[in-house]
Amino acid sequence: MAVPVASPSAEEKTPSYVAIPPAKPFQSTLRYSSNRKTIYDRNLNRTKTTEISLASFAYLFNTLITYHHSKSSSVSEIEHRLNRAGYPIGIKMLDLLLYRQPPRSATRPTRIVELLQFIHGTLWRALFSRSADALEKSTTKNNEYMIIDNEPLVNTYISIPKEMSQLNCAAFVGGIIEGMCDAAGFSTDAVSVHSAGEGDEMWPGKTIFLVRFKESVVEREEAIKASGG
Amino acid sequence: MAWWVVFALLIINKAGGLIYNRTFAPGLQKLDSNDYLILAGTFHGIHAISRSINPAPLAERLPGNRKPPTTGIESLESSHFRLTCFQAPTGVKFLLVTSPEQPNTDVVVRRCYELYGDFVMKNPFYSMEMPIRVEKFDRALGGYLVRP
Repeated sequence: MAVPVASPSAEEKTPSYVAIPPAKPFQSTLRYSSNRKTIYDRNLNRTKTTEISLASFAYLFNTLITYHHSKSSSVSEIEHRLNRAGYPIGIKMLDLLLYRQPPRSATRPTRIVELLQFIHGTLWRALFSRSADALEKSTTKNNEYMIIDNEPLVNTYISIPKEMSQLNCAAFVGGIIEGMCDAAGFSTDAVSVHSAGEGDEMWPGKTIFLVRFKESVVEREEAIKASGG
Repeated sequence: MAWWVVFALLIINKAGGLIYNRTFAPGLQKLDSNDYLILAGTFHGIHAISRSINPAPLAERLPGNRKPPTTGIESLESSHFRLTCFQAPTGVKFLLVTSPEQPNTDVVVRRCYELYGDFVMKNPFYSMEMPIRVEKFDRALGGYLVRP
């Protein structure tokens, strides 16, 4: 007599999905200052008076890097974590910057070049008070674009030690770009960050943000172009 | 003009260890690294003594048992050089060796402290109290102190 093997039937009974844990009740971590005004009470359109000091940003960014450095085992992991830290900022910045456009003339970037110019100009000016230094299209691949910054503001006070020479902390900004492209409906494979200042006397911190759009985005772009849009 | 020269900058941490030394003028007499460490340690000791032994009458007592703040040695002069010392509130000392004719050495040494604050303390890869090997600090100091 054949004894039924227990394991296959047991496997059938195990559900192939994992139940989603119940949602945690929302607990706000918002703290109020003495005059009960928070950052959320500020006018969204006020830009000139809300610039923060570079030193306080530098210390905050410093702490962010130290944290991710201590949690990571490799240089690429640090860059990935910095990228993830910047991503939500990019998503929010798209909405905020569109809201800040002059009323009645505000339009969403709907073409690849428009979006990249929006990032190169508007986003850079909002974050760093100046435009990026160059915007280039890859000559070999039609889904790759490069935004070039000669001296990224986030790297102002950061010197990379020799044993980590591959690291570029502007990966954080790369994450912001990636978030903005995704939020605008232009999905990217990745936004990678490369140091290009090697041997450059004038701009030793030169950084290239390589934006790689998904094939589907490029196909859509070509379809719009073909239809005369 | 040619006599106004900054010869060297040394940075000593609060425990008396030498964490940075660099010379800025060509043709200086060489010191080996051991001599630099001895110089830093010795100066640290003398500086500490000069802070606690003080011939001038004490101005007023601070609340509690705190001693009135004294700066210790601020400058040493000889016929061939002047050493300016600046101690930051954290206990880090900046020693600037210049020619005796160099004016405004206190301004120069404070500017070095500023550069240290910017490029060393805001650098996430620098560990406290350790020797300073920070590329941008070197470059900024070079841009400030090396005369073309």
